[in-house]
Amino acid sequence: MHVQLTVNGKAVEALAEPRKLLIHFLREDLNITGPHIGCETSHCGACTVDMNGKSVKSCTVFVAQANGADVTTVEGLVNPDGTMSVLQEAFREHHGLQCGFCTPGMITRAHRLLQENPSPTEEEVRFGMAGNLCRCTGYQNIVKSIMAAAATMQSQKEAAE
Amino acid sequence: MNEMTPTPEQRKKNLKGLGTERKRVEDARFTQGKGNYVDDIKLPDMLFGDFVRSPYAHARVVSINAEEALKLPGVHAVLTAKDLEPLGLHWMPTLAGDKQMVLADGKVLFQGQEVAFVIADDRYAAADGVELVEVEYEELPVVVDPFKALEPDAPVLREDIRDRAEGAHGAVRHNNHIFTWEQGDKAATEAVIAGADVVAEEMVYYHRTHPCPLETCGCVASMDKVNGKLTLYGTFQAPHAIRTVVSLISGIAEHNIRVISPDIGGGFGNKVGAYSGYVCSVVASIVTGKPVKWVEDRMDNLMSTAFARDYWMKGKIAATKEGKITGLWCHTTADHGGFDACADPTKFPAGFMNICTGSYDIPVAYLAVDGVYTNKAPGGVAYRCSFRVTEAAYFIERMIEVLAIKLDMDAAELRRINFIRADQFPYQSALGWEYDSGDYHTAWDKALKAVDYDGLRVEQGARLADFRAGKTRKLMGIGLTHFTEIVGAGPVKNCDILGLGMFDSCEIRIHPTGSAIARLGTISQGQGHATTFAQILASEIGLPADDITVEEGDTDTAPYGLGTYGSRSTPVAGAATAMAGRKIRAKAQMIAAYLLEVHVDVVAFDVDRFAV
Repeated sequence: MHVQLTVNGKAVEALAEPRKLLIHFLREDLNITGPHIGCETSHCGACTVDMNGKSVKSCTVFVAQANGADVTTVEGLVNPDGTMSVLQEAFREHHGLQCGFCTPGMITRAHRLLQENPSPTEEEVRFGMAGNLCRCTGYQNIVKSIMAAAATMQSQKEAAE
Repeated sequence: MNEMTPTPEQRKKNLKGLGTERKRVEDARFTQGKGNYVDDIKLPDMLFGDFVRSPYAHARVVSINAEEALKLPGVHAVLTAKDLEPLGLHWMPTLAGDKQMVLADGKVLFQGQEVAFVIADDRYAAADGVELVEVEYEELPVVVDPFKALEPDAPVLREDIRDRAEGAHGAVRHNNHIFTWEQGDKAATEAVIAGADVVAEEMVYYHRTHPCPLETCGCVASMDKVNGKLTLYGTFQAPHAIRTVVSLISGIAEHNIRVISPDIGGGFGNKVGAYSGYVCSVVASIVTGKPVKWVEDRMDNLMSTAFARDYWMKGKIAATKEGKITGLWCHTTADHGGFDACADPTKFPAGFMNICTGSYDIPVAYLAVDGVYTNKAPGGVAYRCSFRVTEAAYFIERMIEVLAIKLDMDAAELRRINFIRADQFPYQSALGWEYDSGDYHTAWDKALKAVDYDGLRVEQGARLADFRAGKTRKLMGIGLTHFTEIVGAGPVKNCDILGLGMFDSCEIRIHPTGSAIARLGTISQGQGHATTFAQILASEIGLPADDITVEEGDTDTAPYGLGTYGSRSTPVAGAATAMAGRKIRAKAQMIAAYLLEVHVDVVAFDVDRFAV
């Protein structure tokens, strides 16, 4: 079928099998390999992308369902000038990653979480990130990274106002 | 040096060497989605392979019919054991001296076992092909309990080695028995237990678990028929060892194999072994003349790749009334699954389980381990520990707790009474290890003080009293452990893979402009090697860590090494890095002496420069 969507701000048009999953479309047709495949059952969240302002697990979304949608992956979260975003910097600063496989999903999910709740409590971060699994870090530093990013983003916002 | 020269402290900081804070250099890529994992690799004309897997844990494979699958557009070939047999690749050797089926050869021994390999244009076509392969099975009785597997009338699992008297690790007494490994003094231990004031007994089961790295296992095999060279990309914790194994299995000369481990999404022991997917991808690439990718899905990974633990540890611990341990006895029944594919050093079929006397001064001990075949997936890897050390630690620490209950003694105090004393080092354990140094009492007291152990016990008692009075539902548990592990597997007589001592290597090249590249035989799976090894080298040769590239994982460019597991790479490959760095520094010192026109002995290295 014919699909049209926006991915990381660019219009994309393609022919795709109706059964094709969004994650495979992104990774294999568009060579956007930031989102990863960890479980193909919605458990691990490594494939998390932003779709029309919501976090979705792209391993259980058909590309057909994303027809007309605005999709953002971790690649689309860098600052417009190409530098690392506050969240990406925070993950680096607070050792919020080790092998890096879950990281794109973590950051994409955290991005949406902070859009919805700009100053979350630690508990809210843990609840909001519960759909993303990490096997290396034990989560402490992921939570720390997101809390730190929230604080930085708040102070940037206040400075701008 | 003039007044403008920064102080040694400032210069040390600028190097970002050991002891300084350095942000991980890997993270800029990983946080922006620019990692390069095996499933990100895409080669021209690449095909995709997927397995038909057995739904049964034990069955005869009566027939395999791939006709319908082969009619499907996009399906190129279906491999079965019959196709691999002429190449001698239907079975492969394991790291533990056994062999295992690459594809089901007449029967299957565990649920999820690989039966046929479908090669297709992409993963969708491969999955469709898998659905269309018809396999006729004849179910056989299943044994998943290792104790039942050793009963006289248990079904024979490994018919290929039926009625053998001898296995890879000595005599066997049953068709499903793999080995008996004995350490220590059985008679003396049993005599101590028979005459002891107190004996505590416990069956400690350490369940089967799966390392489950977030990235599953996978590979891309690409055979270049023109130059006869095989390139194998994959999730390998030990790329050089995999190259050697692939060469031994396939018969392709080792210099014609290039193994590349790209970024690896976690290993935890799961990515040590050689799996059917690797062999089938290599054969598929040779057969089709195209690169072939195979990447497991999560179910494949959990069902068929290496597990950890599955040890039934029966223990007896003897002590005086005062709590001094006098002897330890352990019999372990080790469930190895359908094939013995444990990743252990050659001489240790149960890994370092004989560290099970732990941190305690135990005069006599005896350990026996029986390895057993069952209808489960093979494996037996060191998940987040050294070879079987977690099992040993869990066993002894549980036995101490059980003994404390029996003696009605505080478990922290019982440990303190029995720790090896600082003046006893170097200490020879009853099961054959030399402990070089330690001060367990000081460490223990510090740890207990740090958490206010006595205060916690008081709080625990108060909560219990409140619970009994019906005032609260919240109780408090206090867990204690004192862990003695063997880490940093190096090139010593105890540590090897396939007879290769577990050495590691570092090769350093200094570029004309003064920056450098260091290549190592290890491979990071999240440990941050590119950051750490550059820091070690920065301190050794005085070049800024930011000017040093660390490269790992390509066997054509990296020196031979035994790979990365848990706690080995920095002690072993890090030491190699420092030693190689010192050679460069010594050479640089000679050059400096020549340029300064002084004797080499009067030139001294000063952080990042030479001075007279």
